[in-house]
Amino acid sequence: MTALLTPGSTHPHHDHRAFGIRFSRLGQSFGTAEKRRAVLRDVSLEVRPGEILAILGTSGCGKSTLLRTAAGLDAPDTGEVLIDGHPVRGIDERCAVAFQEPRLLPWHTLRANVAMGLPRSSSASAGKARVLELLELVGLTAFAKHRPREVSGGMAQRTSLARALARNPGVLLLDEPFGALDALTRIRMQDLLLDIHGVRPTTVLLVTHDVDEALLLADRILVLGPGAGQTGSTIAELLAVPGTRPRDRASADLAALRSTLLSMLGVDGH
Amino acid sequence: MSQEARTAVGARTAASRTGQRGDAEDDTRSRSARDPARIRRTGASSGALSHGPVRLLLGLVVPLLILGAWQANAVLGVFSAVQLPSPGAVLAAGAELAARGELWLHIVISTQRVLIGFAIGSVLGLAVGALLGLSRLADALLTPVVGALRAVPSLAWVPLLILWMKIGEDSKVTLILIGAFFPVFTTVFLALRHVDRDLVEAGRAFGLRGMQLLTTVQLPAVVPAVFSGLRLALAQAWLFLVAAELIASSLGLGFLLIDSSNNGRTDRIFLAIILLAVIGKATDALLGLAERWAVRRWT
Ligand SMILES: Nc1ncnc2c1ncn2[C@@H]1O[C@H](COP(=O)(O)OP(=O)(O)O)[C@@H](O)[C@H]1O
Ligand SMILES: [Mg+2]
Repeated sequence: MTALLTPGSTHPHHDHRAFGIRFSRLGQSFGTAEKRRAVLRDVSLEVRPGEILAILGTSGCGKSTLLRTAAGLDAPDTGEVLIDGHPVRGIDERCAVAFQEPRLLPWHTLRANVAMGLPRSSSASAGKARVLELLELVGLTAFAKHRPREVSGGMAQRTSLARALARNPGVLLLDEPFGALDALTRIRMQDLLLDIHGVRPTTVLLVTHDVDEALLLADRILVLGPGAGQTGSTIAELLAVPGTRPRDRASADLAALRSTLLSMLGVDGH
Repeated sequence: MSQEARTAVGARTAASRTGQRGDAEDDTRSRSARDPARIRRTGASSGALSHGPVRLLLGLVVPLLILGAWQANAVLGVFSAVQLPSPGAVLAAGAELAARGELWLHIVISTQRVLIGFAIGSVLGLAVGALLGLSRLADALLTPVVGALRAVPSLAWVPLLILWMKIGEDSKVTLILIGAFFPVFTTVFLALRHVDRDLVEAGRAFGLRGMQLLTTVQLPAVVPAVFSGLRLALAQAWLFLVAAELIASSLGLGFLLIDSSNNGRTDRIFLAIILLAVIGKATDALLGLAERWAVRRWT
């Protein structure tokens, strides 16, 4: 009976969910009525199901803000976000977020923190197995029973990623997920993300400040930047990354694109 | 709540935030160095001074010195025996009351009043603090009233309580209850206000709402603050016990104080004060143990 009412419960992972996202004339501003400051302006964009879109931009330009409207954490000022053709209204269960900070519950073990991400429909035993599988995936099996304060910032970040993956989301929203990792762990986690995406090609919005990371992982790169003469960021550039994944970190094609992107972000001479 | 306790709550929230937000390299040791709990531990430790038994012995040094000076007074006679009876006389007064079976009765009745008043006051403080801390409507409706009630010096309730409940157990327990209520209420209320918004948002982002959000994120986040509120409340409960018993009672340590004062029995006054110090400290130490466990468990 329950299985009939919630068909998902027999397939706890809803394998291969991937939703298209459409930002339509999205605008967002903050502050009081008299001192309102535009952060995003006129963002229109279509993300294909299963695509990995990297979002680049200088610090404070509104990358996290864009992600938050997709997750339904903030309602946009103007325009709307459609996921799989349906508008986002309030916190959207089709999405999972890995926040810029790990935001783990300090009184729970890493395992319990990952379990928090499980969809409500998953059964206890399937959930438990899934959590162990995810901890293995992010290399934290040995730390399953540790508390967040007992592990490094990078480990906390990986736990946060595992928690988001536990949702088996149709849209995965990652806000600088590898920012806190050391160089080696970062490379490992980037490869891991590609592996996961290879097996379950969900739609990914990946905010990053690392141009190389964007080039390595994304199908397309969105650069947010100030629009002509007005306040608030908008789409400064949207470009496809040539070649198929896994990409060679040292490819010459990418090198040209890399310096274009860097100069767009205000860094010249590379 | 005192200013001190208020900043302690704020500091704990801030510390747990920075603890969560460490953004440096993937290195367990540097992370641990930033861990607030560890900083607290290393901050308190300085070689042998951090050893439990050593600390205990050092803690006894000053009381023993005082006892020595006290005994010396009895020999030298700086203060008269009426002003300051010798330690032996106080001990004898205790033994005499104990032999008559009264001492035990005073202790039991006082402890019982404190525990009942503390328990009821804390539960009410928790409930009202949670309600006002979580519900904007209840906050808007009730916070001015509660604030005004808190502004009344609690002893001002005494005449009213005696009028309403007569001089029985009820009026005393009620006064103690009032004393215990406000510290718990204030700490819970403020702590709920300062629960890390990012954590609450993370909870909501993963589908937690209402009661689930409360039990998974908000209540666990305030557990350490609740315990510091409880300790303040227990201290208040002992304070109000003595006030209640001084004003109107025929049993209890407060009664022993006022009765001995009326009869010029300085030895018994000292006995009552020492007993209040020992029992008060013992109950606080028990609660302190619970607090340490809670802070370890919930942060
Ligand atoms: N809830 C908020 N209230 C007010 N200002 C905000 C809020 N969220 C973000 N901002 C402002 O919007 C701008 C963009 O922030 P954010 O999206 O976090 O930038 P980033 O690109 O670094 O992720 C910043 O100037 C920030 O101060
Ligand atoms: Mg950001």
